Amino acid sequence: MTERVSSVRSVIEKRGATFLDFLTLVGGIASLGGQSLIMLFRKRLAGREFIDQFVAIGNRSFSIVSVIAIFTGMVIALQLAVGLGRFGLKLYIGQIVGLSIFRELGPVLTSLMIAARVGSGIAAEVGSMVVTEQVLAIEAMGASPIQKLVVPRMLATMIAAPLLTVIANVIGTIGGGIVTCAEAGVTVGYYIDQVRTTVLIEDFFTGLAKSAVFGFLIAIIACYHGLATTGGTEGVGKATTRAVVHASIMIFIFDFVLTKLFFVLLET
Amino acid sequence: MNTIIEFRDVSKSFGGRPILTDVDIAVERGETLAIIGGSGTGKSVFLKHILGVLAPDQGHVLFEGRDVAMMTEAELIAMRRRIGMLFQGAALFDSLTVAENIRYPLLEHAHETEEKLQRIVAEKLRLVGLLGIEEMMPNDLSGGMKKRVGLARAIAINPDVILYDEPTAGLDPANTKRICRLIVELQEKLKVTSIVVTHDMESAFAITDRIALLSGGKFAFVGTASEARASINPLVQHFIEGDTESVMKREEP
Repeated sequence: MTERVSSVRSVIEKRGATFLDFLTLVGGIASLGGQSLIMLFRKRLAGREFIDQFVAIGNRSFSIVSVIAIFTGMVIALQLAVGLGRFGLKLYIGQIVGLSIFRELGPVLTSLMIAARVGSGIAAEVGSMVVTEQVLAIEAMGASPIQKLVVPRMLATMIAAPLLTVIANVIGTIGGGIVTCAEAGVTVGYYIDQVRTTVLIEDFFTGLAKSAVFGFLIAIIACYHGLATTGGTEGVGKATTRAVVHASIMIFIFDFVLTKLFFVLLET
Repeated sequence: MNTIIEFRDVSKSFGGRPILTDVDIAVERGETLAIIGGSGTGKSVFLKHILGVLAPDQGHVLFEGRDVAMMTEAELIAMRRRIGMLFQGAALFDSLTVAENIRYPLLEHAHETEEKLQRIVAEKLRLVGLLGIEEMMPNDLSGGMKKRVGLARAIAINPDVILYDEPTAGLDPANTKRICRLIVELQEKLKVTSIVVTHDMESAFAITDRIALLSGGKFAFVGTASEARASINPLVQHFIEGDTESVMKREEP
């Protein structure tokens, strides 16, 4: 009997500890995000670091985002050509391709790629700086690691993510157009017209707003895990993995929340 | 002499494991204090308390009589502006050149003209014997050179206190001697207070006025180099003889 009680207790304790770790993680990320936003407006921006990061994010992500976008556009058009073709609705492919790319796939897929490409890089870089005491050196010199490291990365990702999303939207629509014209036999002019009449300006801007929020989440989560690195080079690897996994999960959660929020806001 | 840094009954533990237990020590202005101890005895933790990066669980760390843990952010920054630190692995910023690394603390604290910044960088590099490597990247430097650049960065702001974290660890004998000589020279030229954390007794004897032996979270011995040599404390003797195995055994709880 006592054995059973103690085994139940240990299970509860383990679950409790996991839950507490989760709360610590969420609290830590929220606190870092809040501090970084406050510092963005109150303290001088580390300009050179910001530009370096911005250029690096663009360089790292442009090609991969383009490849993902064109194939996503093409595959949706292909699926719709087959799916809508069954009902003789091939003429409407352009509308659905446009809406799904601008509202959903452009921002989400671009942000997932940024999480994988940039988030991992940020976590690894900041984690290595922690392990080699460079972060401690910043503090010891009377500077703030949040101001010097987190804020420039946060701002750079927040600006780069919407810009890359615009590129993904355009390339994705072109990809969709190529397949639509080939499979549905519509003209280029008709396809463009369909996209233009269906995709409203608010669809475009809510997509960009989403990707700015995703960019913020990616950078803050990556910096959080980077700054929390312990245990040498092995710790850097773990921090990198955690950064990508957590950022990806948060992108999906926030995607739902923001979509609902924008619907509510734009309806009223 | 007057006290610049003081530890009063400082205790600190991590995850229930005590690292410092009721540590008491006063560092006088202008002296060089060597803190000796095996690895994991809390030497780096001791330095982090001085910088205010870590706060004690109990007790007080005082800088010129002011409790570091009670300082406001502005006061903490003002204090750190007066402390230079040489990190164990030099902790140079990989993405910046040698000159930019040395300028870093200057840009952080004072808006100097470009000409003056260049003069300061050159002057500090000359002090550590590395003039002419301004544009090199840290990754192109040897371990000994990195430490010397780290030292140049630490003294860039003309600090009142220099903290050295294992300045000779991982260096060959020639570089160890050179770094020890540099510490002594800087001490004489700049008249700073130096706290040198090391596990290397020989280096400690070469550079210091006073030695404090950290063991089991406390100072087991505090005295001058000659007192250390004459000490009958077996722990001190083990360290002098370089018998680290016995030292480690004694430190195990």
